[in-house]
This record gives sequence, structure tokens and C-alpha cells, in this order.
Amino acid sequence: VFPWFGLDIRGTLVKLVYFELKDITTEEEEEEVENLKSIRKYLTSNVAYGSTGIRDVHLELKDLTLCGRKGSLHFIRFPTHDMPAFIQMGSEKHFSSLHTTLCATGGGAYKFEQDFRTMGDLQLCKADELDCLIKGALYIDSVGFNGHSECYYFENPMDAERCQKLPFNLENPYPLLLVNIGSGVSILAVYSKENYKWVTAPEARPADFHFVLCCSIGGGTFFGLCCLLTGCSTFEEALEMASHGDSTKVDKLVRDIYGGDYERLGLPGWAVASSFGNMMSKEKRESVSKEDLAKATLITITNNIGSIARMCALNENINRAVFVGNFFRNNAISMRLLAYALDYWSKGQLKALFLEHGGYFGAVGALLELLDSA
Amino acid sequence: MPMRAGEERVAFKMAERGGRGSGGHGSLDKSITLPPDEIFRNLENAKRFAIDIGGSLTKLAYYSTVQHKVARVRSFDHSGKDIENEPLYEISVQEEITARLHFIKFENTYIETCLDFIKDHLVNTETKVIKATGGGAYKFKDLIEKKLGLKVDKEDVMTCLIKGCNFVLRNIPHEVFAYQKDSDTEFRFQTNHPNIFPYLLVNIGSGVSIVKVETEDKFEWIGGSSIGGGTFWGLGALLTKTKKFDELLQLASKGQHTNVDMLVRDVYGGAYQTLGLSGNLIASSFGKSTTADKEFSKEDMAKSLLHMISNDIGQLACLYAKLHNLDKIYFGGFFIRGHPVTMRTITYSINFFSKGEVQALFLRHEGYLGAIGAFLKGAEQDNPNQYSWGENYAGSSGLMSTSPDVYPMQRTRSGTFDMLEMDRLERPLVNLPLLKDPSTYIPDTVDLTDDAMARKYWLTCFEEALDGVAKRAAASQPDSVDALERAEKFRQKYWNKLQTLRQQPFAYGTLTVRSLLDTREHCLNEFNFPDPYSKVKQKENGIALKCFQSVIESLDSLGWEERQFALVKGLLAGNVFDWGAKAVSDVLDSEPQFGFEEAKSKLQERPWLEDSYSQWLERLKAAARAAASLLEDGILQLRGTTTRSPWPVSRQQGCGPDCGCAEASDEGPPHKCALIFADNSGIDIILGVFPFVRELLSRGTEVILACNSGPALNDVTYSESLIVTERIAAMDPVIQSALREEKLLLVQTGSSSPCLDLSRLDKGLAVLVRERKTDLVIIEGMGRAIHTNYYAALKCESLKLAVIKNSWLADRLGGKIFSVIFKYEVPCK
Repeated sequence: VFPWFGLDIRGTLVKLVYFELKDITTEEEEEEVENLKSIRKYLTSNVAYGSTGIRDVHLELKDLTLCGRKGSLHFIRFPTHDMPAFIQMGSEKHFSSLHTTLCATGGGAYKFEQDFRTMGDLQLCKADELDCLIKGALYIDSVGFNGHSECYYFENPMDAERCQKLPFNLENPYPLLLVNIGSGVSILAVYSKENYKWVTAPEARPADFHFVLCCSIGGGTFFGLCCLLTGCSTFEEALEMASHGDSTKVDKLVRDIYGGDYERLGLPGWAVASSFGNMMSKEKRESVSKEDLAKATLITITNNIGSIARMCALNENINRAVFVGNFFRNNAISMRLLAYALDYWSKGQLKALFLEHGGYFGAVGALLELLDSA
Repeated sequence: MPMRAGEERVAFKMAERGGRGSGGHGSLDKSITLPPDEIFRNLENAKRFAIDIGGSLTKLAYYSTVQHKVARVRSFDHSGKDIENEPLYEISVQEEITARLHFIKFENTYIETCLDFIKDHLVNTETKVIKATGGGAYKFKDLIEKKLGLKVDKEDVMTCLIKGCNFVLRNIPHEVFAYQKDSDTEFRFQTNHPNIFPYLLVNIGSGVSIVKVETEDKFEWIGGSSIGGGTFWGLGALLTKTKKFDELLQLASKGQHTNVDMLVRDVYGGAYQTLGLSGNLIASSFGKSTTADKEFSKEDMAKSLLHMISNDIGQLACLYAKLHNLDKIYFGGFFIRGHPVTMRTITYSINFFSKGEVQALFLRHEGYLGAIGAFLKGAEQDNPNQYSWGENYAGSSGLMSTSPDVYPMQRTRSGTFDMLEMDRLERPLVNLPLLKDPSTYIPDTVDLTDDAMARKYWLTCFEEALDGVAKRAAASQPDSVDALERAEKFRQKYWNKLQTLRQQPFAYGTLTVRSLLDTREHCLNEFNFPDPYSKVKQKENGIALKCFQSVIESLDSLGWEERQFALVKGLLAGNVFDWGAKAVSDVLDSEPQFGFEEAKSKLQERPWLEDSYSQWLERLKAAARAAASLLEDGILQLRGTTTRSPWPVSRQQGCGPDCGCAEASDEGPPHKCALIFADNSGIDIILGVFPFVRELLSRGTEVILACNSGPALNDVTYSESLIVTERIAAMDPVIQSALREEKLLLVQTGSSSPCLDLSRLDKGLAVLVRERKTDLVIIEGMGRAIHTNYYAALKCESLKLAVIKNSWLADRLGGKIFSVIFKYEVPCK
């Protein structure tokens, strides 16, 4: 018996998945060392760890069978800057005495490898982050979300009353565009389980490594700009502010320039012509609120991700895009806007899909990698 | 003229207008000084106004006619008899009216003053309408209508932009450049491709528009982005409390984005090095500012923002280019407009995302596209696209003239006014059909923007020659009261141009000896010195004509092979007579007796510096053999009688093992038709070129003799060539019958340059070249065969001959002054 963890260490957040065995036999329980019990107890009896660690209880997958064992999958996240504290804790709880392997993915698997070894006396097993991401997403979609569909889409996304979140059957997923929005954005074209490519990365992937970079305007940009513009200190706070703002005060719309639609080019009046364009004027800068600025930042970044994803889909001839990543946590504004923008600009040709466990697929993939290798 | 030369500058007072028209700019300038002979020129005949008002700059366009003095030559009625001591022909200076387009760019702040100025100087009031485009056209509509009394007629922004873009791409050489900050030559100007379509235009104004242009009239808005210049400005102003766009760029150029952005190395730690990744790539823009506790510097934030926006635009542009299979992307809009900072980041981004497959390209006159397009919309009835236009270097400010980064002295002179003037050319210009590859043809041999040593030498050389040129200009018009004053103005203007070019060699595209010469011609014309050498040319033509017959007689007395050499030597000696070369003009000034024989004695002995004479001779022998055998078969009927033996006496084979010439050189029939680009008047054309022409004709080769349309130095002009030929025909039956039978044809090049751009030649010439199946091109002279076309590759055989009359250049080529270039080339099969 060993603890089953998957770790995804990203630019801003660390995602940890933990498979809690529910079918432990009496013999196993007797054999189980004290350290392991205490770790399980610590993780499953709390929903928050320290001041920044959070368990997303609502995402917990119950009655899951993994490698013939039954259990629950727990989803935990904490900021990357607390990584040293995490390693410290592992060391204090004598994690290394369990003689186990920890599988990790994401850039941090490289960055913190040395720390794990020296501080925690732990050997890290590094897993390819793209493999993990795809593997994790497809696995969770296949097991479903406690009887519900993992994948969903929006109907009438911009209509407050008629907007509906509907399940989507991703049984035949290929080809699809996988858009992962964390601090930055990475976009993958997936043609089959084995055949996928990094569509926005500028360099060919080295054989044993996939590097994470394509578009630098992502969740980190939203949060970073909001901190500078509004003085907020958490991502949640930034989103909350955005939900109360009006971006049209900040952005210059097509109708602000042309008085209505720009028919010659087929541009609707409501489209944003220039993000933050109104802020060129001193008077307007003085008349906007922090909430307006937060909203405009969110809209700007979301629209940009949408148009880059749409162009990638066109170039790859793919008609559905699955958006994942922690950017969408509690972020209905962005999801609905993406759903709308993709549909509008593609004239109904491209569908935006979302997954419930948005930010955790890398960590799930890392766990699966570990099981595969065991 | 309402504005007299020398008049004191007029200062205007501007009323304060409480922020109106400032377009986001803070303070308004209270007064400006408009130097009346430099800005808004030729307003008195102006018509067809167009205006493009952007967020901060106004661009005004108008069409005007310019009165020029031109030198005309007219033959006296000699009735075939030569009268001693009477000049060969009459020279008169006449007024000629040519069309010119004027474009002026200035800050919106000055719009009211400028409109007042225009109103005051606009004598011709036939114009009723002003075409307007740009976002500000709405805002300033009432002001324009009130001030000018013209009706504002709005035109679609994008349509104007594309129209203007097509126009500059077609008409202005070196319009397009790639920007490379970290190389020695920041600006890499591109050869104009004969086919400009299709291309992608990415206009970065407050937002971004991506337009695919397929033909003159067909373009499609294929996409855009809201993250553009407005985002940089607006968001930048919020983040840094800096109000002006230019100041934000200044901040950005000083910042370190790595303090604000999350880089790959921040995510991967030190591991990126072993993984072969560039740790400096940005993983998340502003990813490090996700904290409320830390202060970030304005510079760093501005830089991060600049990178974010440039990369985003670059990435999108590449995705669109890939989707539509395009490899040419032109960038424009106020975000780009001559700003090295943004050109650099956009270039980097395009290179990065396209893996080097797509090049980011920029336009010298990008700021004028809207105004040019609006103007063209309004001038459709004049059908401006049927003409060719040429950039007037004298009247145009050059790239980055108002940039705060460069050359403050230049900036204060014209203030914040940037100008572009384009002359309508009499006739359309096209490629020489014989160019091997028009898309890669570069006329100029040395790129002086690239070659700092050569640039320094030539700029100094032109500076040193300037006093002499000004003196000669004044002397050419002894009857004019203001000739001295105008000559001094010319001197000053050209001097200033040279100083600008020292600082900004990229100002008018690639700097070359040709562009320096052309600029000088433009400046001379500007001050009504249309042809300073007209009298010199007249005299020299007269003297040379008197020697023509004796030169022919002595040539005819030679055997075939000796004669071939004598003809070439004569051509080269004739080419010594070049008033443009200081070494020669000094001799000609001090030794009036210096003549044809003296010139021959100056020439380098064979082997020449570049010497493929033997191959040329073999080619002639082969032609003669072929012709002889045809003659024997009775197929070819030779026209024209001659007492000489037209054939070589001996039949020598091959050119020797080390000649290196193409195999084709010792075979082939006589040339069907030879195109000759002539150089100097006088001895050169009359005693050098004509005997050579005569030999070609008697060999059965037709000859197209091409001379400049307008004067340049002592180069023979088309109209002079007509008179000279007529006089030679009167003396020489070969020439006479060839003229009569249209086997000798005189054409004009369409150029007024001492150099030769084979991609911009008179259409009539091109048609004739094709009709006559021209298979030999002879280019003569330093300007045409060395400064330009030395490396020009043609589809047919060619001869490039010149005498190097400049010791620096001779040194460069590994020879001495008066070294000879004789380059006979046969295209590879």
C-alpha cells in the first residue's frame, strides 16, 4: 500500500490530486505505518491547509476505481510560492520514510526537483506535462463527474435569462483543440490519443520534453494587471471586482468610432475596437472605477484567448475547442464570453467546451503516469 | 506668387482652443512658424484636396501644378549646310508645367493655423470639395468646412489606406523595408517586386485591423484584434500615469520587462538550460505583478506592456498569414509609425512565431497612406494610376524627419512638419523586358547605407564638388538677375540634404551614388537650373561633329580586327568626357584643348581592369562567319554600301583555356538588335558611340539608341540626340539609310538621372525592345555601368563599358584612375 499522489507545479498554482483508498483491508490497515495514516487524516479531514492551501471539496470524485482499488479522488491546490513550505511539511511528516515515489509534472517539477531531493529526501518522478494534461482530461471525462457529465457547453451564453449549461458527450473527442489557460496559455491540437501537437509553440518539442509556452496573455496577466490597476490581492477578489464592472467605459467599441456598425468591414457596433482605448483620454481615465478596469482586463484577455484559439482551430481545421485551466475557476464571465465569441466569429463553426475539473488534469495525468509505471 | 523667396518667415498666433483637437495630447502649442517657401508649397495652383485626420496627426494632400524652367533644344534650319562658327542648335529656357502631389503631415494641434494658411494662399478656388478620412474627419468636419469653404466628403478609412498602400508600393522605389535593430544597417530596403499582390496589411491604430489585399480593387478585412496601440496607450497611461504615447515609448525603451513578466526560467528554475529552452521567453505577461505588496517601475511596466502587445499582434498576424498562405506582411498605423521601439518588437515577434518564414515589413510613407488614398479617390477622373510617379527628393523630408530621437538640427528647421512630394512623370515606367529576374534586380552596385566607408567617401565627395556645381549652375544663366541667389539656395539645400544623409542614411531608401546624384538633380531643378550644362553640351557637340568624318575615315582605313579594337577604344575614350567626374572636369576646365586623342592616351593599356574584350572579339568573328555563310547561301541581303571589308580576315578559334567566358560567346549569328544606353554628349556620343553604332548597323544589327528624357550633368538628352543624329546622317550614308529604314531608332529612357534603373524605363522603349527582339544590351559610362548595373543580370548578351574617373572607386575595384571596365556577359543557358 502506498499513497497515490499526482502533482502539477505551474507558474502560479500547484495542483495536487490524492487518491484516498476506501477499500483498505484489515491486514493492510495493520501494516499501514503511522506516518501514512497521519497524512491521510490530515488531507481528508481538512478543507484548507495553512493559509493558502484549499481542497476543492465540490470536485471530489467518489467511488472511483483505480487499478482495481476503490476510493475517492481529492483535488487540492496552493500557490506555487508556498512550494518550499509544502516540501518542508513533507519532510516533517517523514514522507520519505514511506519509500514511495512522487510523480510531478509542470515546470515546477524541474524547478523544485533539487529541493525535493535535498529538503524532503524525495526522488521526484517527472512526467511530460502535455501527456499528463491530455491523459488526465480524457480519463476524468471517461469516468464522469459522480454520475454527471464532465464536459459541458453553454447555450445562449450572453443571455442572462436563457443561458444554460448543458452536458456534452465527448465520447469521440478527436480531433479537438485543447486550450489550457493557467498563468499563460497553451494550445494543443489533439488528433488521437497518441497524436497531438503543440500548435502555438514556436519550437518543435524535444523528444523527451514539452515546454509550456505559447501565448503569454493568460490568467497571470489578468491577475497581475488587476493587482496593478486595482490594488486587489487575490485572484478571487479580482474576479469579484470584474463581475461588478462595466468594460464599455474602458474599452473603445466599434460604435464609439463609427457611430454604429462598421458595415464596410462587417464589424458590429458592440465589438471592442480598442481594448482600454478610452483610457487614452485623461477625462475618461478619471471617470472609471476599479471594477470597470477589472472587468475590462478580464474581457480583453478572454477575447484575445478566444481569437487566438479560433485562428488555431481554423489553421488545424478543428471545430471544437476544450478550454481547461484554473483561469475558469468561478469565472463564468470568461466561459460565457468565450462560448459566445467563438460561436459568433466562427459563424457557428467552432464550439467552446469546458470541463468541470478544469485546472486539475495535469495532476490527474501525473497520478495516472505513476500508476502506469508502477 | 504670394510667397516670395527670401521673405521673412510668417509667424501665426494660435488661439487657445481648450483641448479641442488635441486628441489626447495635453498642452497646445501657442504659435508656430511656417516657413512659407518650405511648407504648403505651390498652393496657388492647388486642387483636389484630401485630408486624413488621425488621433494625433493630420495628413494633408493636394495636387498642384509646378512651373518649371526646362531647357529646350531646337535645330536651326541649316538646309544641310554647315555654317562656320554658328552653334549647332538653339537652346531656350522655357516654362513647363508639370504635375506634383504634395503631402504634409503635422500635429493636430496645428490644424487651425494650417487651414488658415491654406485659405490665405489658395488662389485657385475651383475646388469645391475636400476628401476626408481618418477618425478625426468627423471631429474636424465643421472646422474644415468653415475655414476652407470646402465641402467635406468623407471616404472609408480602410479603402483609403489600401489605395494609398498600393500606390506607394507601385510608385516609390525602396518604399518597403525590414527593420533590424541589432545589425549595422537598421533599415533593409527591399527591391520593388513587379507584382505587389497579394499581401497582408496589419494596421495597428488604436486597435488592429488585418486586411488581405489581392488586387488593386479587391481587399478583405480578414480579422483584427482589440489589443493595439490604444491598449498600449490607455493601459500604459493607467499603469504609469504617463499621458503621451511618445513618452510611454520612451519609458518602454528604458525598462526591463523581466521584472514584471513571468519567464520560462521563473517556472522551470535553472532546468531550462539543460532542456535547451530559452529561459527568457515570456510564460505569462505581468505574471510577476500578481501581488499588491510590490512596487514596479514605470519603465518596467511599460516595457512589459509593449512586449505583451507586440507579441500578441505578431502571433495573430502569423496565424492569419499562415491561414491565407501569405508571406508579405506590411505593418502600419500609429503604433508603428517610424518608432524603432515598436518596429523592433514586432519584427522580433513575427520572426519568432513564424520561425523566420515571414518577414515583418514596414513602409517609408506609411503615415501618408490614408491621405494618399483619399486623394486618389477624389482624383479618379484624372486617373492618376495611369501615370508613373516619382518621389521628389528635394521636396520630401525623408524617413523619421520629425522623430525626436534623431538629429535635432534637422527637426528645428522644418518643425514638426513632414513632407512628401511626388512628381508625375510624363510617361509610364516599366521594367526592361530583358531583365533576368525583375524581382531580384537591384540597380545599385554599392549600398551606402550598408558600407560606412563608402558612404563617408561619397558624401564628402559630393560636398566637395558642391561649390563647383553651384558655380556652374549660376554661370549657365548669365542673363538671369537672381541666378547667383538661386545657386546659393541650391547649394544650401543640397548641403542640408547631405548633412541629413550623414545622420540618417536611410532617409530616402537605400543610399547610393545614384540617389545622391538624383537628389542633386532634383535640388537643381527646384531652383530652376534645369540644365546647367546645356551650353557646354552645345559647344562639345559642335566640336565633335566637326571631327566625325575624319574619325570615320581613319576607322575605315583599318583592317577588320584593328577596327574592332579601335571602335571599343573610341567608345572608352569618349567616355572620359564626363563633367560629373571631378578629375575630368578639372582637366576640361584647365585644358580647353583636351580632345579625343588626349583622352585615348589617358586610357589604361590592356589588359584592362575588367577585360573580356577577347571574348567579345570572338563573338564578333563567329557572327561574321555565320553571316558570311548565310550570305553565300544568298539568304541575307546586306543593305547599305560600304567600301570596307565587313569580315575578319582570319578565322581564329576559341578564346583560350583561361578566358572563363560562357561557351555561347564564340558562336551565334550577328545580333538581331542592340540596345545602347548612351552617356555623355559631345565626343562620347558622336565620336565614340556613333562609329560603334555604324559598325553594328553594317553588320546587320539594328540599333535602339536610348538617351535620357531630361538633362543630367552633361549626359546627352533625347532631344539633343535627335539633332546630333540628324547632323551625322547628313554626313554619313550608313546612318542616313538606317534612320530611313528604321534600323536605327532613337528613344528616350524616361529618366533624368546620370545613373540607370532598368526597372523604371519608358514604356515605349520596353515595347520597342520586345518588338525588335533585342539580343544585345550595351551600357556605357560610370553612372550606368558601374554605380548601377555592374551586377545586373540580363536575359541576353550585354556589354558594360566605362572608364573609372574616380581614384577612390578605382582603388576599390583594385585599379588606378582611368582604368577600363570592359565587361562582356553571356547569360547562362
